[in-house]
Amino acid sequence: MSGHVAPRPGHRVSVGVHPVLRYAVRRVLAGAGTLLVLSVLVFLATSVLPGDAASAVLGRNATGPALRELRQEMGLDQPIWVQYRDWLTGLLQGDLGRSVSSYLTGSDVSVWSQVGGKLSNSLTLAALAFAVIVPVSLAGGVLVALRAGRWQDHVISTVTLVPSALPEFVLGTVLLAVFFTWLDVLPPVSLIAPGTSPLEAPDLLVLPLLTLVGVTVGAAIRMIRAGMLDALAADYVTVARLNGIAEPRVVRRYALRNALAPSIQVFALIAQYLVGGLLIVEYMFAYPGIGNELVQAVTIHDNTEVRSVTMLLAAIYVALMILADVIVLLVVPKLAEVGGSA
Amino acid sequence: MTTDLIARLVPRRSWWPATRAGRVGLVLLVATAGAALVGPFFAGSPDRSVAPPFSPPDGDAPLGTDFLGRDVLARLLTGGESVLLYAGLATLVAYAVGITVGLAAGYLRSWPDPLLMRSVDVLLSFPSLVFILLFATAFGRGIGAVVMATAVIQLPAIARIIRTATLTQSARGYVEAAVLRGESSSSVLRREILPNITRTLSADVGLRFTWSVLLIASVNFLGLGLQPPNADWGLMVSENRAGMSVALNPWAVLAPALMLGLLTVAINLLGDAMSGDKK
Repeated sequence: MSGHVAPRPGHRVSVGVHPVLRYAVRRVLAGAGTLLVLSVLVFLATSVLPGDAASAVLGRNATGPALRELRQEMGLDQPIWVQYRDWLTGLLQGDLGRSVSSYLTGSDVSVWSQVGGKLSNSLTLAALAFAVIVPVSLAGGVLVALRAGRWQDHVISTVTLVPSALPEFVLGTVLLAVFFTWLDVLPPVSLIAPGTSPLEAPDLLVLPLLTLVGVTVGAAIRMIRAGMLDALAADYVTVARLNGIAEPRVVRRYALRNALAPSIQVFALIAQYLVGGLLIVEYMFAYPGIGNELVQAVTIHDNTEVRSVTMLLAAIYVALMILADVIVLLVVPKLAEVGGSA
Repeated sequence: MTTDLIARLVPRRSWWPATRAGRVGLVLLVATAGAALVGPFFAGSPDRSVAPPFSPPDGDAPLGTDFLGRDVLARLLTGGESVLLYAGLATLVAYAVGITVGLAAGYLRSWPDPLLMRSVDVLLSFPSLVFILLFATAFGRGIGAVVMATAVIQLPAIARIIRTATLTQSARGYVEAAVLRGESSSSVLRREILPNITRTLSADVGLRFTWSVLLIASVNFLGLGLQPPNADWGLMVSENRAGMSVALNPWAVLAPALMLGLLTVAINLLGDAMSGDKK
């Protein structure tokens, strides 16, 4: 995945707005445009299947009048563009609509009330994974770069290569076999009661966390190693060395700082990856998060929930992408001068 | 002189990986893919119950039985070809359509251009897996939708690479000469440009195939791809999860998971070596 597009060099515009701010605004607008296009596609994708949501609720024994009444209640009697408009305005006001299953039970619960707690569970898991991945891969990547070609490099590169090549559920299965089947120290599923925080049961988080970390850390170390090696080979590092600056200082002050910018992009990629990776890991460990929720919604054909949750995930995804690019510009002002005002 | 000629006529063994990791990958791939493709001819019936559910390994069923009492080894041997087949199909479709669109966009320099750029933007704005789930919602559950979605995800990126390569080539003298000779556009594309961009083309076939395998296996695991009673490694892992405890038969889950693991590690190593990643 080549997520990041390098800012093109261009002429400077002499306006009193901070270049990074200009860049951020432009990216946010472009992101909003992309999401708008996406919303049309998502809406169509969740509307095309023959047999609409109303008949999905009532099942096969739907009679004419009952079906008509429900269709009216769900707004399905409206032309499709009106339905789209209503859904989109709802989304923009933070209203994710009602799920098909809520019509089934007759309860007036919104998608948000079904999904809100799960979103926070997912965020907890993702944040914890991120908090492990960042220091581990930074330390690993820098160490490996400083020892490039020596045994430390070979050992770490080989050991991390295998798990990062595996699908999440394969690594998860291997971990389950070790920690549940064989050692019997960790639970096989991570069921968390609604309303309680996953942090109250740390042992439930270990396996999902290990899986997420295992599949990402190898790639992260490789990318950070590459960035660090580039920085170590740069002219300014050679000049610093020739000036007689001590090697630890060269590494810290000169190489590390400049290797940081590509690292931020690596972590942005990982944050983005986590949005999708959570889907599998949550499903695998029955963890009540947004990814698992989406899989369940697709499984039971709850199209109104699928479309809103998809848009929610896409918005998070795009926001992460923009955030990362903006942070990179803030860390490396040089890039802002050439690219930010282009 | 003759050896020189032979060297020129017989291309370097480009399929033989240059790195040791690549060679390990090739061997692993031949082993796992071989088992997957040849296995079905040797396996017993994968659908017949032979013993109580989750029986541990014994003489009749060397890997025990699954949640319906079916022979795990028989299902393991039959369950591998689906991943390879469908991932191969998805990659093939992605390349077939991607090359056509990319060539047209690069040579004709017309409408597909902005469309390609925008579609990549949209596809990059959410996880591939979510895209497949959306596809499954729109076109019904099942492997057809999954293969289609996997192809669609990779298509724009392929088309963009081909487009750029075509743009570069079509400015070259030999293309202009062909046009002046009066060759038709399709013939110029087929006979002049295509042979000259195969290198760009083949650079990441391996990585894209890896990607297809990962996605399709994962969707099968989620139960939204191939449906029971099909034997498929991804599906086997998810449907037998209840048997993970020691008292039951963990092999029903572990065996297909390990086979998938070997396969993905193998194609990763090989894909890296093929794309010239001199790590």
